[in-house]
Amino acid sequence: MNTVKVKGKKKENKVFLYTLSTCGWCKMTKQYLKDNDIAYEYLDVDKCSKAEQQEAIEDLKRRNAPVSFPAIIINDKTIISGFKKDAIAEALGI
Amino acid sequence: MTTLEEVKRRAEQDAKSRGMYLTPDESLLKNLLEGLKENEDRYGYLSCPCRIASGAFDLDRDIICPCDYRDPDVAEYGTCYCCLYVDLETHEGKKEAKPIPERRPLDKQMRGLGMEEPKPKETTPKGSINATGRKLFYCKQCGYVVFRDEPPYVCPICRAKREMFQEIVTTQGYYTRKLA
Repeated sequence: MNTVKVKGKKKENKVFLYTLSTCGWCKMTKQYLKDNDIAYEYLDVDKCSKAEQQEAIEDLKRRNAPVSFPAIIINDKTIISGFKKDAIAEALGI
Repeated sequence: MTTLEEVKRRAEQDAKSRGMYLTPDESLLKNLLEGLKENEDRYGYLSCPCRIASGAFDLDRDIICPCDYRDPDVAEYGTCYCCLYVDLETHEGKKEAKPIPERRPLDKQMRGLGMEEPKPKETTPKGSINATGRKLFYCKQCGYVVFRDEPPYVCPICRAKREMFQEIVTTQGYYTRKLA
C-alpha cells in the first residue's frame, strides 16, 4: 500500500491515519498533526485500488471502528474516528 | 469542465434555496469545494468529498452532493456529514461545527466498495416495474413521485417528512396506493 510518511520531531507514538484526499476534515487532521510536529503515516484510501480499499475497510471493521474518515490509529490500539481535536490531543499528549 | 467557482456558486444557490448556509470556516470551505471538484473530474459527478465513491453512478447516487443525508443531518446536528452545509446557528458561530456520525447505512457503503454480494432480486416478470428492485413512492402532501429503493428523508419539493411518502403499487395493471 502507498502509505505516506510525514516527518515530525515527536516520534514517541505510532500514528497512522486512514484518510481521503478530498476530505476537509482529513486535511485539518493532517495539518493539526503537522502543526504539533508529530510524525505520522497516512493512506489516502480514495486513491487506492479496490482491493486496497477493501483491505483498509476490513482493518477498520476488525478494530470495531465505523467506516468513516479520518480514522486515527494510535499505537495500533486507540482509534479515533473523525477530527476530534480534544481526543487526539489527549491521546498524543499535545 | 466545471470550474471551482461554478461548484461554489451551485452550492451557495442550493444552500440559499433551503435556508442553509455554507460552512463559515474559509479554509475548510475551500478544501471541501476543491474535493468536490476533484470528484467531479474523477467520476463525472459531485460525489461527497468525505466518503469513498465507487465510481458507479447507481451505487453513489445517495452521496452525490447535496446528499440524501444532508437535510436530516443539518436538522439534527447543525451540519451535514462533510460540513459543507450548516444551519444558521453554526453559520453565525453560536454553535461549533464538530464531526458527526455517518448516517449512510453500512450496507450501502459496503455495496459501493464491492464488499457485499448484491441482494438476490426477487424474480419478477421482465419489463415489470419491479424488475429493477426499486419502488414508486409519492408524497401525500404535494404529489411528487420518486422511483428508488426507499422514500427520501425529506420531500425535495415541499419538504414533507419521509412519513408522508406512500408506496404506489400496481394492481391488475393499474397504479394505486398501497393499502396498509
